[in-house]
This record gives sequence, structure tokens and C-alpha cells, in this order.
Amino acid sequence: MTAMLIQGGHLVDPSTGTDERRDLYVRDGRVAAMETPGKLTALAKKEKATIVNATGMVVAPGLVDIHVHLREPGQAYKETIESGTQAAAAGGFTSVCAMPNTSPVNDSPETTRWMQSADRKAVVRVFPIAAATLGSRGEAIADYKALQAAGAVAVSDDGKPILEDNIMFESLAQAARVGLPVIQHAEDTRITQGASMNAGALSFRLGLRGMSVDAESGIVERDIELLSRLRKGDPSSRAHLHVAHLSTAKALEAVRRAKRSGLHVTCEVAPHHFALTQAAIGDYNTDAKMNPPLRSEEDRTALISGILDGTVDAIATDHAPHALHEKEQEFERAPNGIIGLETALGLSLLVLHRQHRMPLMRVLALLSSQPAQVLHLKDRGSLAVGSFADVVLFRPNDDWQFRVSESKSKSRNSPLDGSKLPGRIQMTISEGRIVHDARNVPTSPHR
Amino acid sequence: MPKFHATVPLGYVHPGSSISVTHFTLEDVDRILTEAAELEVMPASRRAQRFAKRRVALLFYESSTRTRTSFELAAKSLGADTTLVSSLSSSIEKGESLKDTGVTLRSLGAECIILRHPNSGAPYVLAHFTGLPVLNAGDGSHEHPSQALLDLRTILAHLPKSARVAAKRNHLIHERTLQGVTVTIVGDILHSRVARSNALLLPRLGARVIFCGPESLLPEYAAGIGPGVEIERNFDRALQQSNVVMMLRIQKERLAGLEIDLENYIEQYQLHKQRLAALAPEAIVLHPGPVIRGLEVTSEIADGPNSVIAEQVYHGSIIRMALLARALDAHPKRNDESSKNR
Repeated sequence: MTAMLIQGGHLVDPSTGTDERRDLYVRDGRVAAMETPGKLTALAKKEKATIVNATGMVVAPGLVDIHVHLREPGQAYKETIESGTQAAAAGGFTSVCAMPNTSPVNDSPETTRWMQSADRKAVVRVFPIAAATLGSRGEAIADYKALQAAGAVAVSDDGKPILEDNIMFESLAQAARVGLPVIQHAEDTRITQGASMNAGALSFRLGLRGMSVDAESGIVERDIELLSRLRKGDPSSRAHLHVAHLSTAKALEAVRRAKRSGLHVTCEVAPHHFALTQAAIGDYNTDAKMNPPLRSEEDRTALISGILDGTVDAIATDHAPHALHEKEQEFERAPNGIIGLETALGLSLLVLHRQHRMPLMRVLALLSSQPAQVLHLKDRGSLAVGSFADVVLFRPNDDWQFRVSESKSKSRNSPLDGSKLPGRIQMTISEGRIVHDARNVPTSPHR
Repeated sequence: MPKFHATVPLGYVHPGSSISVTHFTLEDVDRILTEAAELEVMPASRRAQRFAKRRVALLFYESSTRTRTSFELAAKSLGADTTLVSSLSSSIEKGESLKDTGVTLRSLGAECIILRHPNSGAPYVLAHFTGLPVLNAGDGSHEHPSQALLDLRTILAHLPKSARVAAKRNHLIHERTLQGVTVTIVGDILHSRVARSNALLLPRLGARVIFCGPESLLPEYAAGIGPGVEIERNFDRALQQSNVVMMLRIQKERLAGLEIDLENYIEQYQLHKQRLAALAPEAIVLHPGPVIRGLEVTSEIADGPNSVIAEQVYHGSIIRMALLARALDAHPKRNDESSKNR
């Protein structure tokens, strides 16, 4: 039996509506008790619990990221499950959902299990998202029942959107039967050929092919239409569409309407899309190249409104590591994506809490309880008694500087190097084990 | 021995570079044109001593006739040694990156690199990793600064005399140098780096720039490139207002699946004798080349009295001498604060 008492902290747990000073007691990897300060001290003594002093810190459920690329199997030069989960732990995440665009594509129960094996040395929990179609080729539906049994929490052809109406319809229908969400990377690739940034005056000036807003919203609208048709044919269907990394006002509006009409549609937004605009590309900075691309200021503010009004269900990083030599290229040749696990909390606190005065509890809900709910991750993203003891401790008003050279990821592709962010993370606990501890690490002097 | 591990600060661009016309102040443009005028009349023997034995590399990832030859002859006439690396007969074919190619040229003693590349923004990659002055000889659909400057010199040479004299009295280049001048750029604006460099430069001197072309080659948002640029899709209406007409080639190599109905295009956008005579008999006609006769212009136009296409090529060699002089004269900025190697 191992026990831990986290005492003296300010506990913020959206799932139980807790926002006050509470001590948290952890036993055998689960939350055992949440009590007023001091009440658990005797128990801790009796059980010889490890004492963690959280004075001045927020104690919150470990963060949940439902969209990461851990690059294994097949691209260990960019990231491994070990290094990716270390970055997750450093960023306060204790559950990460790994996209299937690996090599080979994760479309099988074998790969799904391989990713969760102890041999991968993951320091936080990894939940595989399996391919929606075999090889993510958009042709034949994968075996959802077997994938689910192997541990897959959703299906998606992330990066390769499902364009064919009948395949997408079939994917939604079959996933509904086993209760898996279908996650769509909404991009009409028929009209985004060669595009490397948002379409508009800036893409014109830079001479780069632009990706239109319609390329995203068109697919979101089409998917909602398919979901609606499916529900009409079978009102009891559990079909669930989740829109990945939503980046435009137009697609957001489509999701808002669908929710109002009672369809089971959810969506996530990446921190870079609500914190940055296409202006970050500057002189062709490949670390500001991702897909969907950074958009206009109008889209950015629309996303923030969608987060504030509850249309957006989750914040997800789309953590996408790439090796240095891949990003040190001509903009159009460089791959899409940035690392994001270690900056997500800081950016969320900066933009949503500090700039837009969103209550801390709601910001944390978007990073823990809500994403856990979207993908039905049982007993995750919550500090309710009985939940997994996934906990993050941070100082919300303590600003720190992100240095990409100190990232735990194997890659360095972030446009946020040198950014000053709020919310210094002190400790991350995964199922009762301390997986990241920054309390005694001397902070590097500002240069 | 040169420093083989020269550290280049993050995002550094050597001040002698010409990557985008937006980097030039009007004083820079004035200085470049003044330098060009001096070099134009300098005896060849004196000119050849200006940068004797300095090393200039031409790095060409795309085919080129006039720009390459023009830069090469410009460098040679200043006395510099030149070397040409083209993508089809070098390690680039074997997969060497732009960064490595640039660093290799630097190690071989190149002091300045002239780059033509199919990807927009490629000159920044080269500038960032070599720390050398980079002259952009055309990058993708982005910019072609030397072309805009030679076009400017060509236009200035044809301004009414009174305007020229007025311009010379103070500085040659200021916010009103091209006041009252309307420049219409016609055709494949979407893929044209020449259109962009001109549209970003000429309005700063007071010119009005009209983009003219079909929606597929000229998206509505193109007018957002900067102040002083507008769109007129009707060629005749644009022509009526123009003192300068710049005709562009349809860049087949960059269309990427885009279908153009050529017959219809010719009908609407070809510049032919009757059209010019009826609507802008006094206008000068520019073309950055290569000209596809019978498509965007007829032979009568290309060889006609309004055409200044051959003059453009001449001004090109003068302007490129001036840009090379600027590059080889410039001293790298000291930047001791951040010396992080990217």
C-alpha cells in the first residue's frame, strides 16, 4: 500500500465543483479522500504517507490531452512514447490520446496493444486512437470492436480526412454500435493541394498557396449532415462526431448549430489557434506552420468566444514533433505541426484566464474533465474519490519562460521559444506516482 | 582561414541582402539607383577593379535566361569571380538541403549568394543559415526585387521630362516620384513574384497600381497586399487609365491543376495593337519575360514602338551591378547579444 497526502493547496476540481482549500489523500493509485485542511493528517501519519506540501499551489486533476502525436511506432527520431509522455508530464498532462498516423498506421489491435505495453516506458497513461479506415486510406472500415477491446478510445484518420460520404457515414454508424467517437480532421484535401498557410491577403503577399476557411467548414458541415441523416434513420444511434483542432469561425458556427439541434457533436481547439494568428509566420518561420494553419485575428477571437460560451468542449494540443532537419527547410517543404504539451496550460491561463477572465475552474475543465468526458476516459480528469490519482500542482500566478531547448520532447519545433507564460508547474502525479517534480530544480537564470 | 562554424544569430539577415522590396527604405532605393547611374557611366576597366576577385555564387534551382545572365555579367563586370550551381548538375539532385548547399558555398569562400528558387521564402532559409548577403533572383510566387527595381528605372526613364527634372532636383526617389502614374499589371498575378515586388514598391513612390486578370489568376484578396493597389477585371477599363502596362506570362509550371481557357483568356486579356492604340496609345509596355508571343501579347506589341522590353533587360544589368555593390560593400551587423546557432 502506498499513500500520499497533498496538503495545504488550493484544490480546483471541475468534476466535483470544488474550488477551495482542501487536502487530498491518495492511496494505491486512486483518490481516497478530499478533506478540509488538517483533517487527513492523522491518517497520513498512521499509513506513513508521503507528504507533499502544496502551499501556494493549485491542486488540480491531471490534464487530459485528446490529440497528440507520439510518433511510435516508426518515427522514433521525432519522438518516442517515452519522450512524448515525459513532455506530457512536464506540461501537467497525465492522460494523452495518441493519433494513429504512425508507421505503420495504427489500424490493428496488435499496434494498439503495443503502444500501451510497459516496454514503451510511458510515464503517463497513453490511450491510442485507432485508424478509422485500414491504413487511413479512406476505403475500408477498420475492425472497431477489436480495436476497442485492445484499448482504442476513438477512431480517426487524422491528417487524412475521410472524404467519401459513404465511408464517413459507415464509420459513424459502425463506431456508434460500439460506442466510439469518430474524430475527423476536417479538411477538404481536394481543394488544399500544396497549401501551406491560411488563404488571404497574407498568403498572397508571401506567395504561398492558401488553405481556405471553406476547406475546413465544408467538411464539418458535411459530417454534421451525415450524422443528422444517421440519426434520422436510427434515432437510438449513439453516433458521436468529434471535430479535431477546429480553427475557423465558420466551422465553429456549424458545430454550434449542430449542438443546438441536439446532435452529438463535440469539438476541440488547440492552444496555438486561440493564442496565435498567421502573423506568427513572419519571414516564413516553419515553426509556425501547422495544419490546420494559424488563421486570421477574426477566427482567433471567434474561437475564444466559442470557448467562453461553451461551444468548444476541449483544449487539445495536437502535439506534433518533427526533427530539426525537417523544419530547417523551405516553408512549403517543411512538415506541419508544433510541439505543444509543455505550453498548453501556460497559454490557456494566459489567454483565457488572464486576458479573457475565464474562471480558473472552467479553464481547467477544458483541459481535464471535459476532454475525459468527450472520449469517455473513465475516472480520468477528476479528483472525485475513487478516480485515478492523476494530479497536477502548479503556481497560477508564477510566470516562467518556456525554453524549447529544455523541452522533454525529442523535437524542438515550437514558435513559443522564449515566451513568458503563467502557471509554473510544480509536480505531476500519474496514478499516485510522482512523474514530474520541479520543486527542487533550480530555475535557469534569465539571460 | 574562414570560420567554419560561424554562428549566425537566430533569424539574422545580412544587411546587404535583397530579399524583399519591403526591406528597402526609400533612401535605400534612392541609393541603389544613384549607385546604378554611377556604375552605368564608369569606364569598364575601373568598374572591373571595384570588387576584383571577390567571390559571388549563383545558386539556381529554376531555369532562367535573363536574370541569371544579367547577374552573372553584372558580377563579372565588377571584377568578381562567379560560380554557378544549378539544381540539375549538383548535389542538390542527390538530396542536399538548401541549408547545406549554402553552408558549403560559404566554406568555399562565397561572399554573396544569388538565389533563384521555386519555393517562396527560400532566400530567408539561405540568409539565416549562412549569414551571407543573399540576393533574391526570384523565389516561388513571392518576390523578385531586382526586377521591380529595374522596372522602376525603366519607368523613370520614360517619365515626362518635367517630372524627371523635378525629381532630380531633390532626391530622385521620394513619396511623390511616381505621383500621377498608373501602372496596370495584367495576367497571372497569383503566381507572379514580379507583380508582388512591383505592387509592394511602386505605390510607396506615389504610383497607383491596378491588378487586372481573371478571378482564377487574381483572387479578390490580392488587393490586400498593401496600400495603393486595386483590382480592375476589365482590361479595357484598366488600360484607359494606364501610363504603364506590365504584361505577365501565364506560369504553366505553377498552375497545379488549375485549368485556363486560353481562347477566352486571349480574348479578354491579350494586349494587341488595336487595343493599345484605342485605349492607351501613349503608354509604355513592359514585360519581365519570357514573352509568349501570341498569348499575352502579340508580336506587334512586343516589337512595337510602345514596348520597352529590351530596355528593361538593359536596366536589369545596371540595377544588378548596384545590388551586388550594395551586398559586397555592406558590413554584417554585429549582434553579440544572441549568438545562438540555429
